Amino acid sequence: MKKEKILKNNKKEELLEGSMAIAKTVNNLEPNVVSAYPITPQTHIVEELAKFKADGKSKYEYLLAESEFAAASIILGASAAGVRAYSATSSQGLLLMTEVLYNISGLRLPVVMTIANRAIGAPINIWNDHSDAMAIRDAGWIMLFASDHQEAANQHVLAFKVAETLRLPVMVNVDGFIITHSYDSVIIPKKTDIKKFLPKYSPALGTYLNSKNPITIGAFFTPDKYWIERKTIHRDLDYAKKTINSAFNTWQKIFKTNSSPLSKLNTGLLEYIGSKNAKKIIIAMGSMCSTIEEVLKQEKNTALIKIKTYRPFPFEEIQEILKNKEQVFILEKSIAPGSQGGPLFLDIASSFKKEKPEITNYIVGLGGKDVSEEIITKITRNDTKKLVNFL
Amino acid sequence: MNKINNKNKLSPGHSACAGCGQLSAVQSVMRALSDDTIIVNATGCLEVTTTKFPESAWSLPWLHSLFANASSIASGVKASLKNQGNSKTKVVVQAGDGGTYDIGMGQISGMWERDDNVLYVCYDTEAYSNTGIQASGSTSYGASTTTTPAGEKSIGSSNHKKDMIGIALAHGLKYVAQSISGFPEDIENKVKKAIKTKGSSYIQILTPCIPGWKLQSDQAAYVGKLAVETGLYPLLEYVDGKLTKSSINSKFKIKSIDKYLSVQKRFNHLKQKDKEKIQEIAKENIKKYKLK
Ligand SMILES: Cc1ncc(C[n+]2csc(CCOP(=O)(O)OP(=O)(O)O)c2C)c(N)n1
Repeated sequence: MKKEKILKNNKKEELLEGSMAIAKTVNNLEPNVVSAYPITPQTHIVEELAKFKADGKSKYEYLLAESEFAAASIILGASAAGVRAYSATSSQGLLLMTEVLYNISGLRLPVVMTIANRAIGAPINIWNDHSDAMAIRDAGWIMLFASDHQEAANQHVLAFKVAETLRLPVMVNVDGFIITHSYDSVIIPKKTDIKKFLPKYSPALGTYLNSKNPITIGAFFTPDKYWIERKTIHRDLDYAKKTINSAFNTWQKIFKTNSSPLSKLNTGLLEYIGSKNAKKIIIAMGSMCSTIEEVLKQEKNTALIKIKTYRPFPFEEIQEILKNKEQVFILEKSIAPGSQGGPLFLDIASSFKKEKPEITNYIVGLGGKDVSEEIITKITRNDTKKLVNFL
Repeated sequence: MNKINNKNKLSPGHSACAGCGQLSAVQSVMRALSDDTIIVNATGCLEVTTTKFPESAWSLPWLHSLFANASSIASGVKASLKNQGNSKTKVVVQAGDGGTYDIGMGQISGMWERDDNVLYVCYDTEAYSNTGIQASGSTSYGASTTTTPAGEKSIGSSNHKKDMIGIALAHGLKYVAQSISGFPEDIENKVKKAIKTKGSSYIQILTPCIPGWKLQSDQAAYVGKLAVETGLYPLLEYVDGKLTKSSINSKFKIKSIDKYLSVQKRFNHLKQKDKEKIQEIAKENIKKYKLK
């Protein structure tokens, strides 16, 4: 494939590494402050951003942090002082940020981060799975999952829009190596298109640190007040579904991306891929959805729900689709040791009010284990029968 | 978030203990700062006693995030101002000794390495006051705290106070100073100098803790002065890494540590030979900082 191609609609399609696609998009989104600490497989993203800065191609401050805990705190401080702030991390780094992540959402700061998803040690392992994201799923962040390079790029645009609309932080999850280190053709969202969608970030005076209108941020809450604040975050995250969907639709119109021919429903929260009448359904997130889509070309009685927004969890939308399905296969790249299955399985199983279809949980791809077309075909053909299976 | 509109930068009505050394030092620091200042506060007594929602004692823009990250937050705030083209607004961190000597150390080092234009003020109570006087890296040798209690087989804290001033100097900071809450003018002068420094600056202030040191509520200033006069906590100032002729030190006659120790019940249990060790520390300081 050629490195660059101009499409009919005048868009430039480039062959890019996933990390480069993300870094270029982030740069076009014009954050004011970037801070990060290196960890595989996030490194290429923050190296590209450092290079843009070195080459005079960006306007952000780029702060070297001495740990992920500091990087997250730096972007918290920047955001609290009224500007657009961004970071990226993976795995151990994300866990080291945990305390700050809760703080960022609790203070209602619209920061955006990329998570290049990677397994957590011990045993130490640098390859992809979703254990890192799942470990912080209750931190009060909106969590998007991308299945390919293009979606990763677009979700970053969406992330800033949703974050700044709702004053809630957003993380875009991309599978480490599978997306960050592989090459694919991508159309990088242009600044001119972004400007139509995402206005300049200018929070109202009195909502951020400014000596013209001094406010106290991060006060001490007693039991009679604390719970109300926490409940509000819960409510606002739920409400975010509407914002995510409408932002997604608006961006689709501006960016004019084509959905795959198999796509029957495509919202900001999820995508339904495959025959409407399929009786079996796979539910999954991230890059394995692209592999699953390939399998569905043969397995016509099976369809896929690709979850794009994991928090807030689109349980109503999933229930609606599952109404007339007989069998559900939940494929996920993390486990919740000591519970009944994986986190995604637990989310879905707990959302049924009455009758439940037959549900099987497959824990796949841990620590970079290949999720092949053969494995997926085997699953759709029901060759494994336990409630929770490791493949 | 809530608005405050009052003239004092830190208004009365906070819930600190009567006679608190820290709160009085904070007032001195605040007098030296202009209204165009953003405060970043670590978790600790100061934060807890001044910001019980929906009230706030602060009339400057003020942010508290966590215990360990105040310096990184301040770096982020400063970067944000810079990117907005604002080089005027000052950024000041306030933290206790726990937030400074211990849990915040890595982050402070990161900020100092970047030489971010932030004044860091440590209010040194020589313990984790807010959580009930547990030992910190700043606790004096021989002090009884709730995690280094004196007893049959314990002299209290057997660790030596970490040399935070030395650590600051090792980072190449252009302004580093030490003061005590009982000398408001000294604090004000030092803050005014520090805030003009280009890059990071550090001021550490001994702030006697009434319940922690087991003092009467009118003794904070008195015991602080004794700390200076014994050489245990001299008033120091380093500009460009060099010790200046400290303004007030020269006016004191060096005293023995006996009175300093006897007014504080945290040292009540010490035997003569332990006291001698502390006297040695004072003597070393006198030599090191050329106090005589
Ligand atoms: C990560 C973390 N660990 C522990 C605590 C509990 N904690 C809150 S304040 C504090 C002590 C603060 O001591 P210091 O920094 O010396 O300030 P002081 O209260 O003495 O002014 C501790 C241990 C916390 N809030 N966060």
